[in-house]
Amino acid sequence: MVDAPSENADNNAADAFLQGGSLKHAPGPYFGGYGGRWMPESLIAALDELEDTFEKAKADPEFLAQLSDLNKNYSGRPSLLTEAKRFSEHAGGARIFLKREDLNHTGSHKINNVLGQALLAKRMGKTRVIAETGAGQHGVASATAAALLGLECVVYMGAEDCRRQALNVARMQLLGATVVPVVNGSQTLKDAINDALRDWVSNVDNTHYLLGTAAGAHPFPAMVRFFHEVIGEEARAQILEQTGKLPDAVCACIGGGSNAIGIFHGFLDDPSVKIYGFEAGGDGVETGRHAATITLGKPGVLHGARSYLMQDDDGQTIESHSISAGLDYPGVGPEHAYLADIGRVSYEPITDSEAMDAFKLLCRTEGIIPAIESSHALAGAIKVGKRLTEGSADPSETVVIVNLSGRGDKDVETAAEWFDMLDEEGKVKGTNLSTRKPKGPADRAETEAVPATAATATNAADNNEDQN
Amino acid sequence: MTEQTASKSAAAIDRARDAGRSALVCYLPAGYPDVQATIDAGIAMAKNGADLIEIGIPYSDPVMDGPVIQAATTEAIANGFRVESVFDVVAGITAATDVAVLVMTYWNPVVRMGVDEFSRRLAEAGGAGLITPDLIPDEASEWFAASDKYGLDRVFLVAPSSTPERLAMTVKASRGFVYAVSIMGVTGTRQAVSSSAEKLVADTHAAGAERVCVGLGVSNASHVREIAAYADGVIVGTALVAAIRDGGVPAVADLTRDLSAGLVREEA
Repeated sequence: MVDAPSENADNNAADAFLQGGSLKHAPGPYFGGYGGRWMPESLIAALDELEDTFEKAKADPEFLAQLSDLNKNYSGRPSLLTEAKRFSEHAGGARIFLKREDLNHTGSHKINNVLGQALLAKRMGKTRVIAETGAGQHGVASATAAALLGLECVVYMGAEDCRRQALNVARMQLLGATVVPVVNGSQTLKDAINDALRDWVSNVDNTHYLLGTAAGAHPFPAMVRFFHEVIGEEARAQILEQTGKLPDAVCACIGGGSNAIGIFHGFLDDPSVKIYGFEAGGDGVETGRHAATITLGKPGVLHGARSYLMQDDDGQTIESHSISAGLDYPGVGPEHAYLADIGRVSYEPITDSEAMDAFKLLCRTEGIIPAIESSHALAGAIKVGKRLTEGSADPSETVVIVNLSGRGDKDVETAAEWFDMLDEEGKVKGTNLSTRKPKGPADRAETEAVPATAATATNAADNNEDQN
Repeated sequence: MTEQTASKSAAAIDRARDAGRSALVCYLPAGYPDVQATIDAGIAMAKNGADLIEIGIPYSDPVMDGPVIQAATTEAIANGFRVESVFDVVAGITAATDVAVLVMTYWNPVVRMGVDEFSRRLAEAGGAGLITPDLIPDEASEWFAASDKYGLDRVFLVAPSSTPERLAMTVKASRGFVYAVSIMGVTGTRQAVSSSAEKLVADTHAAGAERVCVGLGVSNASHVREIAAYADGVIVGTALVAAIRDGGVPAVADLTRDLSAGLVREEA
């Protein structure tokens, strides 16, 4: 059973932090007045079992060694910390460092969490995992972990997202997972979570719900953070090694907030480090078409936790909008809501347009194609870099870390559309190359003119940059 | 169960018990297809054998509901349903009948209006209380205060997965009756009633509950008869939603009459 939140929890924790207390390793179920378990009774026993298994595993050297071995020898951790020297010139001259979660196996930070939870599923004797996915990154990561550990895997994905990310559907299927298109509601991430919860309540005996973000009912927020804390721990040690000091700022993008809480955690107790979370501002927060939950949402309960929530006057969830499917979620993890309220982390919106500018800038200055999600953090870092170096005699003394949470391969079609690189049929302008459909053997003749068309494509992209 | 205020739900169940039968609890979502239809259907259910009526608030994220109820509530919202209309539905049914009318709601709409404000308006409309599928007693401190203040019933759910400790805690927290979920799953019609329901009802009685009603997957008179043999009340939802969808208020009246035929405990 969980304790009721005390009315003064916010004040007490904020005071404790200001007086030198610790914000790290917050155990849940409550983060100030947020978090908890707003869940059907049918699932409480499963949540208790999960909490108990997690708490024991966390204290078990054998489990930690197993996880550490997978992180190192399967995911490829530690991920690099790369200084982005040419990109830095666009951020007021502040030194920007990229925490390269894009280099992990499966291409994003998501693998950290799925390996941890899949190991817990095995410990609980579960034979089946289910997951929700928006862009497909968490679905692919879940399918990967399930294949590695011999678990059955079912992934719920909004029908609209399936159409937007057809290649990721195929990736999951190749990995042996079943993908279930969700046709309820808005057919996006929140509806995929609803259907995953319905599956879980019906199959809880043999099934673990492998939730992909640091949200949901206790113990998920604290547990998902635990598996991502490695990002912040590595980044802190790496920046000390490379620059001899702590960074001035840490930046991450926020949808549910798992990559962000992972890197933030390493710096929460360093008062000199400013921490920024960048939400999806979509078309602009003034348009109503966005996913800036903390910036404009109000506290409510959704998917098991009390947190900020995009909702109307009746408490109905409002559909979010973002060019980035991974940030297109109307809720946010409860620990972020708490860190926002006590002022430890600043949350700001980044529009689609700002994110895509940063996306292109990183491609052109560093030779790294970032996920559009992570591009929100990059755009934020440009703003923060300029802000922190204003009037500075030596801007290079300012150091900013950006969590590059994922790689952008999955976003090539979206980016090509955004930058007007495609014709009406979805082909790269001036070529026969389609971004829409993978070529089967029957189409091979059509693609044999690759060298010539690739050159044309490059020109098209260059022209496009001039237009912008 | 705490009984410091007179419970309308308990009184309705006790009236059925005094008549030698289980109580029939009938569910429909408010505003499907429109608010007046819900009032008319509620009155029709009351006149055809329902002892308690459960009015659902359509919600954007109904995780405990199957496809039939999801489709109905999604349509209600699309038709412009507003949460405060539920008070009109409750008032409309209680003005015309003497059934106990409960509201079943996911918790966020209540939070949004304010727990106290929602409770005050529900009591004013003549409502008996709330059934809360995603609110467990652990998180319900505001609801305890408001339900005590306005004399409303607190119907929490118990499930086959509930531990003895949680059963005891939930029974203690509830007022009116305890809602026993017959099966691990979501709402929807099923071929057979789960065998886990009878054990759960026995365990919940043993934990101190005076009144336990069984819901989920109950769709015909045969199911009702089976459950009425051991439970204090039988809850039917999806089958009634399908009836109003396919045949309007007359179909709801017919189905309620059929269902109520299963209530009488036959002497073995």
